[in-house]
Amino acid sequence: MTTKSVPRRRSRLALAVSLAAALCLGSAACSPSSGGGGDSITVYTYGDGSTDIQQNAVNDFNKTSKVKVKLVVVPGSDYTPKLRAAMGSSAAPDVFFNWGGGSILPYVQANQLVNLTSYFNAAPLKGAFLPSIVAAGAVSGQDYGVPMRGMQPVILFYNKTLFAKYGLQTPDTWTAMQTAISTFKAHGVIPFALGDSDNWPSLMWLEYLTDRIGGLSVFSKIQSGDTSGWNSPAMTSALNQAKTLINEGTFGSAYTSTGYNDNAAPTLLGSGKAAMQLMGSWDYSNQLTNHTGFAKNDEAWTTFPNVPGGTGDPADVVGNPANYWSINARTQNLSTAVAFVEYMAQASYAKALLAGGWIPTNSDTSSLLPSFPNPDFGEFQFQMVQKAPAFQLSWDQALPTTVGTPLDTEVGKFFAGQVSASQFESDMATAQKSAS
Amino acid sequence: MTLAATRTRPAPHPHPARRRGQARVGRPRLVWALPGLLFFGLFAVAPMAYSLYLSFCGNWGGIGSARLVGAQDWQRLVNDGNIRQATKLTIELTVLSWLFQTPIALLIGVWAAGRQRNRAVLSAIFFIPLVLSSTAISLLFKALLDPNFGLAPSIGPWIGFSNGNILGSPNGALAMLVFVGGWQFMPFHTLIYQGGARQIPKVLYDASSLDGAGRIAQFFHITLPQLRHTVTTSSVLIVVGSLTSFETVFLLTAGGPGSATTTLSFAMYQNAFQDFNYGYASALGTGLVVVSTLLSLLMVRFTGFGSMRSTREGM
Repeated sequence: MTTKSVPRRRSRLALAVSLAAALCLGSAACSPSSGGGGDSITVYTYGDGSTDIQQNAVNDFNKTSKVKVKLVVVPGSDYTPKLRAAMGSSAAPDVFFNWGGGSILPYVQANQLVNLTSYFNAAPLKGAFLPSIVAAGAVSGQDYGVPMRGMQPVILFYNKTLFAKYGLQTPDTWTAMQTAISTFKAHGVIPFALGDSDNWPSLMWLEYLTDRIGGLSVFSKIQSGDTSGWNSPAMTSALNQAKTLINEGTFGSAYTSTGYNDNAAPTLLGSGKAAMQLMGSWDYSNQLTNHTGFAKNDEAWTTFPNVPGGTGDPADVVGNPANYWSINARTQNLSTAVAFVEYMAQASYAKALLAGGWIPTNSDTSSLLPSFPNPDFGEFQFQMVQKAPAFQLSWDQALPTTVGTPLDTEVGKFFAGQVSASQFESDMATAQKSAS
Repeated sequence: MTLAATRTRPAPHPHPARRRGQARVGRPRLVWALPGLLFFGLFAVAPMAYSLYLSFCGNWGGIGSARLVGAQDWQRLVNDGNIRQATKLTIELTVLSWLFQTPIALLIGVWAAGRQRNRAVLSAIFFIPLVLSSTAISLLFKALLDPNFGLAPSIGPWIGFSNGNILGSPNGALAMLVFVGGWQFMPFHTLIYQGGARQIPKVLYDASSLDGAGRIAQFFHITLPQLRHTVTTSSVLIVVGSLTSFETVFLLTAGGPGSATTTLSFAMYQNAFQDFNYGYASALGTGLVVVSTLLSLLMVRFTGFGSMRSTREGM
């Protein structure tokens, strides 16, 4: 009996614990078999509510193209790991969806992407997209991505009906925002909805505060690999400012167990339990779907205020400039792949994006804006981005994942009060050092 | 479960002289184990060996081929404050899970081994959580514990969370992991104890009654000592299960708030599939294999389970 049972228990144990290793093998093996054949190219896209727009574009493109495009819709939550596994295998896609910056950096370093700079210097891509958007898809000044979805700046959304009820002013200055925070707190309304349990919504606060206090150079330094950037005075003030906001009750008392992905934070705003939310522009269509009355009658939007004593330009924008198509260097149908990504510059595609609630990043978008479902919101967003001296890509996307994901966790720890500002800075410097 | 059942067989007596033909048929050869060995080799040993190899490949991210670069991942593992915190938390989770699950499962199991009215119906109801999927259970509790739209604001004040921020506080989140994990797996351990308690000879109880032992005395002096090996079995399963628990953490707290509930297995997932640092995640995974193997060996040794002394000596 001894000889029979002990190995069995051990095997059970080993099976359970070796899951990680098994997954490593498994994920590479289970990627969809595609790969560029002679008569088609494979395009990976991120699966969500807007995939129809890409599918229609593919259908239109295939009408005239001899080499057909096959769109593979990868469910959003699995997209990054699936892509990573596929790119390491022989079944890699020819063209794939990405967020620019850090999300493509490892592929660029491994020479797996086609450098598109020369294509951007010629028709039809030349001048087709806003320069700040194209720049955000670039790595070290070289273009690797063609914008394929609308811009997603981070906007300060607020409930104008609640603001009017308490006689408050638009929170686009620091003073007005502070007055609003204390007033709402006194009346039992959560001033800002924050989905802190997902970490990345809290990062948006740190991004805007750092930018307003010290300008964009603070993060550029970090992005270039200089770990001393984490200890810059602007970063320290931004962290302290965030701490002050937290202590003031800006986010209520239950923000550490409130999420964005599960729609909790948006529901707080949409149901009037919270008065404001700092969030990407996509939240507007979310509200339109889930709280139609709120989105149509009560919701308003403005830019993030300046911070007193800060040197950053209050016109700077952070967020996700766009999503991009990049081309795999191993594609066997480069001409078709290029033709497909160039197709994104067509007015018909921009119109399709607009109809789907996105603000396209094409240079001539302003002429199309009146056809946006909510022209006011469209106009505001486009003006905000067009006027912005710089559009800072979200830090967790701009950095390689080996730094970006630990950054999200560290921000979560900071907002939950588990690390101090100085601990945050040294943790991040260490994380970036050990990842390089 | 197997252990509890096999223990009931009479101790192997030296067989009377067997005819040669019988011996050949009756005793399974190594070939019989081949399918099992192949499966185990392919899905357990091979990945473990590969992950050991990857743990020496630096921060390989799945692009290009992995190259041996040295033991830097292991150095980092030993000095990583986050891993130290995750280890501490994993141990806390394991100890708390054992403390929570064992007494309750033991009591229900012993009760369910009896012949009371409604026992079968109630036992079947107690068993339900085990047949639900971990995902469903975690999502269910996540919704119940939501501080804005769930029951947390009503339950919270009763257990010391006036604002309902149970999942958002480090202690609350850990307590909920212990509770939800226990809620799910207690029926399984109940079943083990039920099987164990059923095997205790009735004569022991009859004899003790004659000596004037009450129910409580019987429980402590007969049931508990007789269930010693069952406790070990169940404990090893609880300990190894908690050391490697992942789904509940992933779905209920996602390691948060901050990193307050990041267990070792969740940290491994984060390193592998969010940071794409397969090398470091493999070092972590290999470390976890070693630690949990050692731990279960130690448990088996110190509880005297390995020596298999019968609980019925002298009977």
